[in-house]
Formats: sequence, C-alpha cells, structure tokens
Amino acid sequence: MIKETLNARRLLCPLPVIRTQDKVKQLQAGDRLEVICTDPGVMQDIPAWCRINGHKVLETISGDHEYIIILEVGA
Amino acid sequence: MLAAKTVMEQGIHVEGINFFTGFCVEGHTHAIREKDKAKPKRNNSLWVAEQLGIKLHIVDVIEEYKNVLINPKHGYGQHMNPCLDCKIFMVNKAKQWIAENDFDFIITGEVIGQRPMSQRKATMPIVAKESGADDLLLRPLCAKNLPATLPEREGWVDREKLHDITGRSRKPQMAMAEQFGIDEYSQPAGGCCFLTDKNYSAKLVDLWKARDNKNYELDDVMLLKVGRHIRPQPNFKLIVAREEGEGRFLQGYKKDYISMACVSHSGPLVLIDGSPSAEDLYLAASITARFGQGRDAEQVDISILSKDGSERTIQVAPMKTEAMPKEWYI
Ligand code: SF4
Repeated sequence: MIKETLNARRLLCPLPVIRTQDKVKQLQAGDRLEVICTDPGVMQDIPAWCRINGHKVLETISGDHEYIIILEVGA
Repeated sequence: MLAAKTVMEQGIHVEGINFFTGFCVEGHTHAIREKDKAKPKRNNSLWVAEQLGIKLHIVDVIEEYKNVLINPKHGYGQHMNPCLDCKIFMVNKAKQWIAENDFDFIITGEVIGQRPMSQRKATMPIVAKESGADDLLLRPLCAKNLPATLPEREGWVDREKLHDITGRSRKPQMAMAEQFGIDEYSQPAGGCCFLTDKNYSAKLVDLWKARDNKNYELDDVMLLKVGRHIRPQPNFKLIVAREEGEGRFLQGYKKDYISMACVSHSGPLVLIDGSPSAEDLYLAASITARFGQGRDAEQVDISILSKDGSERTIQVAPMKTEAMPKEWYI
C-alpha cells in the first residue's frame, strides 16, 4: 500500500530527485512512496537514484505529460 | 570520477555530494525543448555515482547560492560564473556535511591549471583556507604538487599512490580512465553550469538591470533558460516559446505572469515579465503576433490573460520583422 504521495509536478530534474530523497529520509524501510512528476527526466533519474541508494522501483507509469514512479524504501 | 576512483582503490569508503545551485545545465533543459527529447536524459552525477558504485547525495543549495552569485568576493569569470567563490562555498558545505555525517575528509577532482580562473596553483590554498576545510581537502589528481594534507600525513591515504597532473590537457585523465577500465569518461570541459554561457549570462544581467537589483527566485533563473527573450522597453520583456515543449513549460507560469497568445491564427505562448502599461501591452501583442502564423495578416486577435485570470482579446497589426531592433533580443 502506498504510504505517501509526493507531488513533484512542474519541478525539473534534479529537484524531483532531491524532493524524493528528502521524503524517503522521513519514511521507514518497506514504506511505499508514489512520486508524480512532469519532467520526463525522472524516468531515468529516480530509478538511478534508487539503484544507487538501495531502494526499489516497483512501477513506473508514463501518462499524458505526467510520469509516476512508485518506489519501496530500502533498509 | 577519477579522483574518487583513485582514493577508492586504496580501500577508502567514498560517497558523492552534488550541489544543485539552480544553474546546473543537465536536468531542466531536457524537460523543456521537444528537440531535446531524443537525447539521453541521464543526470551525470547519478550516472558517475552508479559507475563507481557509490552513494550520491544531492543537496539543494538554491537559496544559499544566491549570496555567492550576487556578491562574489573574488569576482566573476569570463561570464557571470563566480567559480572561485562557488568552489569555496561548495567545499565549505561539504565540510559541514562530513561533520554531520561522520566522514573524515573531502576530495575534489580539481587539477592545477585546468581552468583559467578557479584552478590555478594560487587558488588551491584559497579554496582550502576560505572554505574552512584547510587540510581536510585532498585533491587526489594533483596532490603530489601540493603540500601534504591531513589524510596523507596521518597515513589514511598513501600519498605515493596519488597523482601529479597539471595543465589543461586531459590526456593524463584519459589514460587513467583507460587504466581503470572506464570507457565512457564523463568530465565536461566547462559547460555543466549555465553561468558560463554567454547568452544565459546576458539574460541574467538584463534581468538584474531591469529590476535594479540582483535578487532572483528559482523561477526567474529557470525562465532564462526557456524561449526567446525580447525587451522592447526597460519596464517589461516578452518570453516567447520557440516550440511546443517550451509552450507547455511556460503554461505552468500563467498564474504568475501576464500571458498572451494569438487566437485568430496559431502562434506561440508569450509571457510578459515586468510591469507593462496598457499601451505597452499593445506593443507586446504586436510582437506576439509577429511570431505566429498571422505575421503577414493585416490584423490578428491576441488574447491577454492577466494574473488574476481575467481575459480579453485585442486586435493588433503584427509587427514587421524589420521594425524590431536587434537590441531588443537579449
Ligand atoms: S562553472 Fe558554475 S558550478 Fe562550476 S565552479 Fe563555476 S560557477 Fe560553480
């Protein structure tokens, strides 16, 4: 179940990554975070950030100029 | 990347810090222009961290950076880039970060003589001293040409295994990259910061001049990256979307700026920055018309949307290209 949703619309990379990073700091391992963005760059940057920092991307959704990433916070 | 690798080879745990000033090139731009959509959209710092297998911390320094850019003690470089002050600031932030996160020292990829202003031999001690990092700041790529730092003196790092690179040539770095088995070596020769860009700097100076002060918000500096900027009068300028992607990006600012678009013909979205008079809006509308499909028509309809959401339509004759002085283009 998604614990929190982060609205990162209109922010350009790397700001959505920074906001995700800050939000993840407040969450616990296993929590799920949904990040909603409009910068297509997040489709590369957030998964890369997750790989580096040990979090798991569960789903990425590309909509009409909107991009959603659901991730699970790692240990 | 090579500096980190050099130290990691000695078994030292390294994590990366990337400071986001608001002027970093990668990132924003690819989201905006349609033509950039085909280009890879990776963030270089994340990519480097992944190649190295290290963690990366991206730190938002937008607010604090304003003072660096507005009042650089050591002045600007070729354009509006306050490189030396910027390095001092970042190393100082890194020093705070290592104290908070229990790390022992800082490394940077600086090389003596690589950049004309900020990487001269004389500036190396300035960065170390004024940032307060002093001998906690190690430059693995040129350490042998500099006095030994604390990590070297304490034996945390073997100085003999560090390097003595100097000068602008990147050949030694290329050779080192090859030795480390790094085939895609990412180290742009400048060009990762909008402040080193001539056109961008001109727009920033224009903004400061028009407002009579150097303050700025993130939105201001973002908008300087987008569209054609045209200043027909000191009290206002137009930001004209050059293509669909920019138009979509500018749409997001319609609540904060007066905006215009041609309704009788197709044409770009235009934001008006400043405080135009009613008469100025007619001038702006005729310029807006000049960039639309109706540019050759006798008269076109331009809708003007105010910040409060009220909308009206006016008729104007499109301005002729030859009637627009070159100096209007920033
Ligand atoms: S190029 Fe930009 S980011 Fe790099 S040191 Fe200069 S001002 Fe700072």
